Amino acid sequence: MSFINYAAREINCKVVYYGPGLCGKTTNLQQIYAKVDPGSKGKLISLATETERTLFFDFLPLDLGSIRGFKTRFHLYTVPGQVFYDASRKLILKGSDGVIFVADSQVERMESNIESLENLEENLGDQGHSLDGMPFVLQYNKRDLPNAVSVSDMQAALNERSVPWFEACAAQGVGVFETLKGAAKLVLMDLKKKITA
Amino acid sequence: MATPDNLILFEEDEARLAATLKRLTADAKGRATFLLDKNGRVITAAGETAGLDLTALASLVAGSAAATGSLANLVGEAEFNGLVLEGQRANLTITTLDHGLILVVLFDEKSTLGLVRFRVRRAAEEIGQAFVEIARRASRGPDQAATASQGGLSEITDDDIENLLKS
Repeated sequence: MSFINYAAREINCKVVYYGPGLCGKTTNLQQIYAKVDPGSKGKLISLATETERTLFFDFLPLDLGSIRGFKTRFHLYTVPGQVFYDASRKLILKGSDGVIFVADSQVERMESNIESLENLEENLGDQGHSLDGMPFVLQYNKRDLPNAVSVSDMQAALNERSVPWFEACAAQGVGVFETLKGAAKLVLMDLKKKITA
Repeated sequence: MATPDNLILFEEDEARLAATLKRLTADAKGRATFLLDKNGRVITAAGETAGLDLTALASLVAGSAAATGSLANLVGEAEFNGLVLEGQRANLTITTLDHGLILVVLFDEKSTLGLVRFRVRRAAEEIGQAFVEIARRASRGPDQAATASQGGLSEITDDDIENLLKS
C-alpha cells in the first residue's frame, strides 16, 4: 500500500526482499546502505540473531529523489529466509508495493529457491494478492560462484512469469542497484496507473 | 475498517490529524505523539520530535505491533489493543486503531499511564472519524480536481520515472 502525503509532498512505497535463507537479502540492503549518499538514507535497522541471521526484518529507508515535486521515499525490508520464520515473513510482506525475489544461484540451493518462491505466492495469496498483479522482479545472486546454475536454468525454474531479472554478486555490490531500480520503476509505474485509473 | 489500497493524505487531512495529535500531546502531558500506518510509515507527529529518528521509530513500532497482533491470535484474542513499554526515563504506549493505524505516545514522569490511556481514547475517536472520511473519499476514486490542484501527481510520465532512476 503506497502512501501519498500531499502535505509533506512525499510518496512512500514499501519494497520487500524475499528469498531463501542465506541468499543475500540482507547483503543487498547493506550494499545499498554503504554506497548511498548519507543524505538519501536513514538508519539501517537489522533485527537479527546473535549469529547475524535475520530474525524479524532489516529495514532501510531510502530517498530516490523527486518526481513532479514529490519526494519518493522507498522503505526497503527484508524477510527472514529460514523456513521456520514464516509468521514473520507474512507480517513483513503485508502492505508491500513490490517484491524483489533474491535467488541463490548455487545448484544445491535451487530446491530452496523454488520452495521460497512457492511460499511467497502462498503468503501473498493468503493476503488476497498475487504475484501476477504486483510489481515483481528476480535477482539471480551469487553469479560469481563456481557452482552457479546457468541463467537459462534459473529462468526455467523461477521465471515463468517472464518478469525483469538481474544477475548479481551482492557481496561485491554487483547488480544490487540495477535490481532496486528495476523494482522501483515497476512500483512507480504501478502507482501511476493507480493514480490515473 | 480496512485501510484503502493506497492512502492519500491531503493538506487538510494532515492539518486535522496534526491538530488532534497536538491536543493529545498537551492533554496527556506527553513528550510526543505519533500516528503511523501499520506498514511503519509516519502519517503525522506532534510534540518534541526533534532529535528522534521518526522513520526508524515507526518501522520498529509497526513491527512490534504486528508481532503483538500475531501473539494475540495465538492465544485466541482478536487483538491486543495496546502495548506499554516502560523505561527508566521514557515510556511508550502503542495503540492499534481501526483503519490500520497505530497511535504512539512518548511520555515521562510528568504523566501517568492512566492519563495517557484516557486521552488516547478520545484522540482515537477523532482520528477514526477523520479516516472514515478519508476512506470514503478513497472509495469514490481519485478526485482529479483535488489531485491536480494539490500537485498534479496524475501527470507523472514514464519519462519522469526513467529520469528519477537514471542517477
